[in-house]
Amino acid sequence: MTLESLLIVAAIIFCIGLYGALARRNFIAVLMSIELMFNGVNLTLVALGRYVAPYAVQEQLSAVFTGQVFAVFIITVAAAEIALGLGIVFAVFRSNESVDLTDAATLRH
Amino acid sequence: MWFEHIVFWVLSVVAIAGALGVVLVRDLFRGALLLATAFVAVGGLFVMMNAEFLAVVQILIYVGAIAVLFIFAVMLTRDVQQGNAPNRLQIPAAVISALLLAAMIATAVSTDWTTLSGAGLEAKAQLAQTQAVGIPNASDLTSAGLTPAEVESVSSGGLADLLIGNFVLPFEAVSLLLLGAAIGGLALARGRGR
Repeated sequence: MTLESLLIVAAIIFCIGLYGALARRNFIAVLMSIELMFNGVNLTLVALGRYVAPYAVQEQLSAVFTGQVFAVFIITVAAAEIALGLGIVFAVFRSNESVDLTDAATLRH
Repeated sequence: MWFEHIVFWVLSVVAIAGALGVVLVRDLFRGALLLATAFVAVGGLFVMMNAEFLAVVQILIYVGAIAVLFIFAVMLTRDVQQGNAPNRLQIPAAVISALLLAAMIATAVSTDWTTLSGAGLEAKAQLAQTQAVGIPNASDLTSAGLTPAEVESVSSGGLADLLIGNFVLPFEAVSLLLLGAAIGGLALARGRGR
């Protein structure tokens, strides 16, 4: 387990999520793909925090947690995004009777 | 060492296979379950990187809350039959993703990382990270060769010290964001006129 292999795994997960977010038509599938992208980014942050020496570590050893702190914030933002995203899914489903994104291109119905 | 390699490869393969399944499987319900599998595998990778607290957060929030929310959403919108059809942008999306992946892998491999082991800090950093959760033992840290300043910066709480200290402003901003998201989610899901 080296830094490079972790970064490559994270990049693969991120790009799979990107493909899903661009290529799916179902609203919920797009949200799932965005969660995958968040996970790839979190993996990158934690890997860099684990293996790479930031300058601040020289003065304050607890700076090794910087990557993990960023990951905590990303997880929080992802939770907020899902709460709103699924609210929008239900609102669109109520007005359109479908969760197809091509049907939801117009804001009014 | 070989055990660590095997666990790493198994977790990576499970995570990538789960991610591919989310994108390719047509049945959205199975997609949500595969998503939970990928989240668990990523949590396992967090454990391997000495980020136990994040692994717990990953399981609690992603698997416990977000995956369950997705399963609820899939079942409530009753769109399982129509499923996970791709749109017309399938080929451009695949090309863009592949190009980005190639660029990221090339960057990751060709960059000359100044790693902690290169700076002679790996043992100290690893020790600090294993003490991130729970109450660190100052005498253990001192006997492992940390200077008094380093012992103080780690044993005053590690991750929590950084979260409430250097990052206190984003921390408060995130709490406001969560409040806004909760109210917004309620307003959206309730609909107008009721």
